[in-house]
Amino acid sequence: MTWEPVIGLEIHVHLKTRTKMFCRCPVAYFEPPNTQTCPVCLALPGSLPVPNRKAVEWTVLLGLALGCEIAAHAVFHRKNYFYPDNPKGYQISQYDEPLCVTGSVPLPGPDGDIEVGIVRAHLEEDAAKTVHVGGAEGRIHGAESSLVDFNRAGTPLVEIVTAPDLRSSEDAKRFLQLLRQTVVELGISDAEMEKGSLRFDVNVSVREAGETGFRTRTELKNMNSFNFAAKGIEREIRRQIEIYESGGEVEQETLHFDPGNESAPPLRSKEEAQDYRYFAEPDLVPVEPERELVERLRGELPEPPWARIRRLEAEVGFALAEELVTAGRDELYSRTPGEREAVANVLMNELAAAGVDPAAVNGEELGKVIAQRTEIPQAAFAEALAASGSEGFSAETYLAETTIADVSELDPVIDRILSENEQQVEAYRGGKEGLLGYFVGQVMKETGGKANPQVVNERLREKLKA
Amino acid sequence: MIDTLRLTAEEATSLLERGEVSPAELHRAYLDAAAERNEELNVYLCTVDDGAEGASGVPVAFKDIISTEGIETTAGSRILAGYRPVFDATVATRCKDAGLSLLGKTNMDEFAMGSSTENSAFGPTRNPWDPTRVPGGSSGGSTAAVAAGLAPWALGSDTGGSIKQPAALCGVVGLRPTYGTVSRYGIVAFASSLDQVGPIAKTVRDCARLHQVIAGRDPCDSTTVELPEPVELPEAEDLKGLRIGVPRELNEAEGIEAGVAEQVARALDLARDLGAEIGECSLPRSVEFGLPCYYLIAPSEASSNLARYDGVRYGLRSTPDGDVRAMYDRTRHDGFGDEPKRRIMLGTYALSAGYYEAFYGQAQKVRTVIRDEHAAAFEQFDVLASPTSPTVAFELGARTANPLAMYAADLLTIPSNLAGLPGLSIPCGLSEGLPVGLQLIGRQFSENLLFRAGHALERALAFDFVPERLR
Repeated sequence: MTWEPVIGLEIHVHLKTRTKMFCRCPVAYFEPPNTQTCPVCLALPGSLPVPNRKAVEWTVLLGLALGCEIAAHAVFHRKNYFYPDNPKGYQISQYDEPLCVTGSVPLPGPDGDIEVGIVRAHLEEDAAKTVHVGGAEGRIHGAESSLVDFNRAGTPLVEIVTAPDLRSSEDAKRFLQLLRQTVVELGISDAEMEKGSLRFDVNVSVREAGETGFRTRTELKNMNSFNFAAKGIEREIRRQIEIYESGGEVEQETLHFDPGNESAPPLRSKEEAQDYRYFAEPDLVPVEPERELVERLRGELPEPPWARIRRLEAEVGFALAEELVTAGRDELYSRTPGEREAVANVLMNELAAAGVDPAAVNGEELGKVIAQRTEIPQAAFAEALAASGSEGFSAETYLAETTIADVSELDPVIDRILSENEQQVEAYRGGKEGLLGYFVGQVMKETGGKANPQVVNERLREKLKA
Repeated sequence: MIDTLRLTAEEATSLLERGEVSPAELHRAYLDAAAERNEELNVYLCTVDDGAEGASGVPVAFKDIISTEGIETTAGSRILAGYRPVFDATVATRCKDAGLSLLGKTNMDEFAMGSSTENSAFGPTRNPWDPTRVPGGSSGGSTAAVAAGLAPWALGSDTGGSIKQPAALCGVVGLRPTYGTVSRYGIVAFASSLDQVGPIAKTVRDCARLHQVIAGRDPCDSTTVELPEPVELPEAEDLKGLRIGVPRELNEAEGIEAGVAEQVARALDLARDLGAEIGECSLPRSVEFGLPCYYLIAPSEASSNLARYDGVRYGLRSTPDGDVRAMYDRTRHDGFGDEPKRRIMLGTYALSAGYYEAFYGQAQKVRTVIRDEHAAAFEQFDVLASPTSPTVAFELGARTANPLAMYAADLLTIPSNLAGLPGLSIPCGLSEGLPVGLQLIGRQFSENLLFRAGHALERALAFDFVPERLR
């Protein structure tokens, strides 16, 4: 039997506005607890929310980037529930009239695009941060006391909900990476998972191939990296398939992952049908983005990451194109002349390993370095890359150093090494061809890294054949 | 010697301008009056004896629902006992900026839920006309303060009639402004889509003066708007050209006392003499459905607004054994009185999944019908008139055991409140020796017209606002 995974995502993105969503407190997460607060975000009696215009504008911008329709009339609702991190006893969110609806993203894949529906993108406020003291693993159960830090309370958050259009953990991971790249490029969020400015939940179900309806889904929460999420999804898909194949039924439940300990099994909780008693927030008037604003923002949209992958795919193939774009390195790629795959590979490998900020690099100069990479010593190449982000970087300095490619100079060294290593030579000739690397290493050591590796390889093979 | 029972804010202003009295002396005179009569009436929850420092104008009293920096603000609830705000409500700031000194905070029904000021956690306020009777509510502390000469004027708040009804029962003037004209920032919220702060005074002109101070858009309250025209002090003594509609259902409703109807009829006759055209009109659905509609919308919003009183950040915290849920439960059990509990339950129910459409959703639709019905009436008339309260002040305890009888006290004030319209209550005579209020309802933002009509009628009626027993 063939099983088809069905995956949908709910993503929370923190907007990096200067001030909070409904008050003028600074958005600052790493200040001492409860120093970034005011009557509004502490929910003192009589305080009232005033919406942050920038946050509304940025949500519209994101909605447009995700191909959404922008509502002419959007409404904030109150979502009512009691919890110490929720000072008003309700969260101001959006319910049935969100800012952005019915979008779609053409998610590129190795075998063509998948249209991923965007059900909605709405604006809401974040909760405070709670720290539970004295309980196991910082959980509320068994805690002796809980501390609440309201610095985060009321910071702006966009929630994006996709349709259940994703069919594999790779799709989900790719979508998340491209979404992250999108918000970063729009300049509206740092989208850093470690800082919690990008969070997501995953809904997973499986069904038999050809089946049209959806089966019971489970919700995966608290995953702290894209790779971990992909693993978690895989594990959940396998678990559900096993249940069905052994004649069981999947139960609706939520799986909470421990962000501090990826190997710990997730904690399960029954889906409680909580009644949030939504109603239109009477302290706010409806949000009605002006058409001119929406059109101006539409005009300012950069080319989306998914379109750029398709454009670059023709030059370097899908996998490299995807890597370049999701790593935010395709812009440098485009302004670095040279053999396309070589440029892409250097950008993704050596340059990335050197920790150079792509935005700081002069593409023309980098191109020169890459063009000469087999002609100059490895050490010189690495040095050149490491320096390529510094101001006034010129390739010339590094290109002056040439490698030893002269056979008459290399042969004596090679001969000496082979004669000093008779045992290894015999082993090589006996079939242990992996030893070639050993001989190359010895030659490089002798020449202080300046030997041209290609020539050394050729000469070694020839001599070892004899 | 300042006669605080008689002195209007306008007269007090003249005394100040002529230098015959200082702001501190004026402030002191009202505190002295309070020292004399507050024990009997229980008007003030606290008084401010700061020598009117920095003040240049006439002192004012605030209903205890208005946040005042550093001064206890309880909204009549035990759950907020001892709570001292770190900020001033916008209306408090505006009064301060206008040079008014704060006399004190007045008693009220807990969270403004009530029509008699008996639902206060700090004991009931008594009516200055007859201390065995209630002053109305929920702003009964403010209206009684003005009637008893313990404040020249005061601020109240009105959700379903909480300024108009106690103004009527205490024989003073009260304005419930158009929704959105006075900032709610810093006003302890009851029902956000209905709450509105307004002035209470002895005369219509005083009421207009205080409204001048507090009205206008506030960037801290998104629901406020710029006034289409500035507040004017009424001058005219006639009502020529004014078309007054008398909605049948508001004037013939069951429960309106004969003595009340009689005084209202007399006032309308006087209006005709002053040149007004009087005609009948009808608001059938507004009156039939107003009360049930209000008792779905207001408790629903209240159930959410009162969720913040959880003992975590301020106010009362009870600490039973158990987890945070137990703390919430006990804090709210100990801190809220019966009426807030009743309304939190009603509202929670009305908003619940499966009930929302039938209750809260339906009430919102009815609210639109009520708004439309009023708009239709205002195509023919400039002002609508009715009694403010079906009855004169009732005796303490008479309705505390019967919430529905208590709710009926707002039968006539609720419909126009749901429509967001302004309403002015002026005293128009006595029945059984107790004041009767005339309610004048206007179009949105027509406060100036209401002041004009109220002022002309007030002069013609010549009502003596000093309670007979205190003269």
